Amino acid sequence: MSTAISELRTISTGDAIREGLTEVAIKNPSVIFFAEGVADPSSVYGTIAGLSKHIGKERIIEMPVAENALTGVAIGAAMVGKRPVLSFHRVEFALLAMEQIVNNAAKAHYISRGRHRVPLVIRLVVGRGWGQGPEHSQSLETMFALVPGLKVVMPTYPRDAKGMAVAAVEDDNPVIMIEHRWCHYARGQVPSGYYAEALDGPRAVHEGKDLTIVSSSYMTLEAVRAAEQLEKLGYSATVFDLRVVRPLILDRVFASVARTGRLMTVDTGFRKFGIGAEIVSETVVNCYDALKAAPVRIGLPDHPTPSSRGLIPGIYPDAARILREAGTELCVDQDRIEAAVAELEVQRKGLPIDVPDPFFKGPF
Amino acid sequence: MTDLTVSQTPTAQKLLHEMLFIRLVEETIAARYAEQEMRCPIHLSVGQEAAAVGVCQALRPADRVFSTHRCHAHYLAKGGDLRPMLAEIYGKAAGCIGGRGGSMHLTDPEKGMIASVPIVASSIPLAVGSALADRIDGADRVSVAFFGDASVEEGVFHESANFASLNKLPVLFVCENNLYSVYTPLAQRQPARPLAEVVSGHAMKVLSADGNDVEAVLRASLEAAEHARSGKGPVFLVFNTYRWREHCGPNFDNQLGYRTEAEYLEWRARDPIECLKSKLASSGDLDERDLQKTQEEMQREIDDAFEFARAAPLPDPSQASQFVYA
Repeated sequence: MSTAISELRTISTGDAIREGLTEVAIKNPSVIFFAEGVADPSSVYGTIAGLSKHIGKERIIEMPVAENALTGVAIGAAMVGKRPVLSFHRVEFALLAMEQIVNNAAKAHYISRGRHRVPLVIRLVVGRGWGQGPEHSQSLETMFALVPGLKVVMPTYPRDAKGMAVAAVEDDNPVIMIEHRWCHYARGQVPSGYYAEALDGPRAVHEGKDLTIVSSSYMTLEAVRAAEQLEKLGYSATVFDLRVVRPLILDRVFASVARTGRLMTVDTGFRKFGIGAEIVSETVVNCYDALKAAPVRIGLPDHPTPSSRGLIPGIYPDAARILREAGTELCVDQDRIEAAVAELEVQRKGLPIDVPDPFFKGPF
Repeated sequence: MTDLTVSQTPTAQKLLHEMLFIRLVEETIAARYAEQEMRCPIHLSVGQEAAAVGVCQALRPADRVFSTHRCHAHYLAKGGDLRPMLAEIYGKAAGCIGGRGGSMHLTDPEKGMIASVPIVASSIPLAVGSALADRIDGADRVSVAFFGDASVEEGVFHESANFASLNKLPVLFVCENNLYSVYTPLAQRQPARPLAEVVSGHAMKVLSADGNDVEAVLRASLEAAEHARSGKGPVFLVFNTYRWREHCGPNFDNQLGYRTEAEYLEWRARDPIECLKSKLASSGDLDERDLQKTQEEMQREIDDAFEFARAAPLPDPSQASQFVYA
């Protein structure tokens, strides 16, 4: 944290991102914004609302529905000194812009032998619930993480999200910031004023000694919930919020696995070829002798995500599944695990499967 | 060569020298390519020099150019240095970008040659972004996107044109129509209509000129640059021209049959350099002996630059992992 904290308030991750982007735009006149409906009544779920009260209208650019070109326009502006922030309402719209992202944003610095810089932030929102369906709910972080030259971050908690948004804009590289829609609703204590959170890798958000869980974005909230239940059974897990997918810095995870001997990964995206695959692979290579059990990966099944709430039970990982898998990993008596899972279900109070759980309130 | 960009209208002599220099450089590349020391794909502009020179001579040094895989002529016309260009094509550390891009990525930001991107139409929105930044900053600059006839088939061209026109950005969209995308003629790729009409729905100024008449290209480009610079919006420029040699490589390929020898000879007879020379000769402004002397000087400079590039060291392998992140 770079500056003094003046005040802590409890706000949502979505509002925290808006605060961070507003603060950095006020501080740095090079910051410009692009979005479809950049100043409409919604302003990307409120995350860029009210900018015109603080900065000139020429810096708030309405984006025609032309994702590839406007991404290229932002890259071109970045190459000559601007710090553009592009916001897409869903990850899937960025697929139209992959050519510009992969060929120009990720490579301009490299090809030019450092002459060009592309200080660009591309915000992508992962949808979930209320029947989003197969093309409004994809968590495709590994598609971006595959490409050297890009940074990929996935903030979860409000305080982190504000600081990471600021850090992403301050960064001289293209940063893909993937925001889970359900994280937008999570509330927690957030400092007012300007601060940046370093994009320096995973952060332990829950401490334990028997199991290391590495989860990303919204899945961290579920993993922490599972870890809390696990403690009632006399076991404990360290939960890392991954935060930064690329560059993937796993030193803290290796150190934890060296102590616990057990690793679980929980992705918001697909299990196969997911972040978990890379984390497990790196961890096995680095911590082979310390492992007491085979690592376990949790993620989405190997098919698209349908719209109907009748079709989605079992698709999204949740605290119950994480708890069951942890139980297997730690050889906990199955009846005890099922009792803890039943307790989780009572806590949900019959909430439908396709709406966010208000459990995720701060302070985090 | 001295600075290739000037603020006043250049003389015909100057235009001739610019084109001749580019021609000699590329003919030397073609002649020496078989030595297999230039080990990267090359896309020569031989026959198309008038478009590069006519446009760039209408620009100011601070104006910015974005190009494609076929970027040699644009690079040189915008004032890019020859030695770093050749060293880049030879894959040497002294290359303009240290051997990271080769022939298709020629870059010289100090001269306003910002980027060359070999994916069709990919650099067009970069030029628009540069113009947007200038608009926000109130800078008195024009950004130029050079591209070929196939680029107007790409969605990103139309997306860029729409945005530039909407915001009246100072961009010149320069379409060098050389009639072929690799081996495929225009008629197999686009409906029969003048290329200039491609942007009729984007509400922008359109100018076209004979792409082999450098003076006509210059006149159109001066008008376009003035229009864009004065805040009236982007201009789409169409210059019909012809690539003499194969799409990629140093050879002639008319024997393949995708175009006729007769068509080639017709365009060859309209060589932009010879056309300008004839015009100067007919008005009594061509000193053959002087031009011969200039050409010999140019060739010596070019040969020296080739020798420099050939002899220069390769980059160290450790450099390959540098500059991934700023």
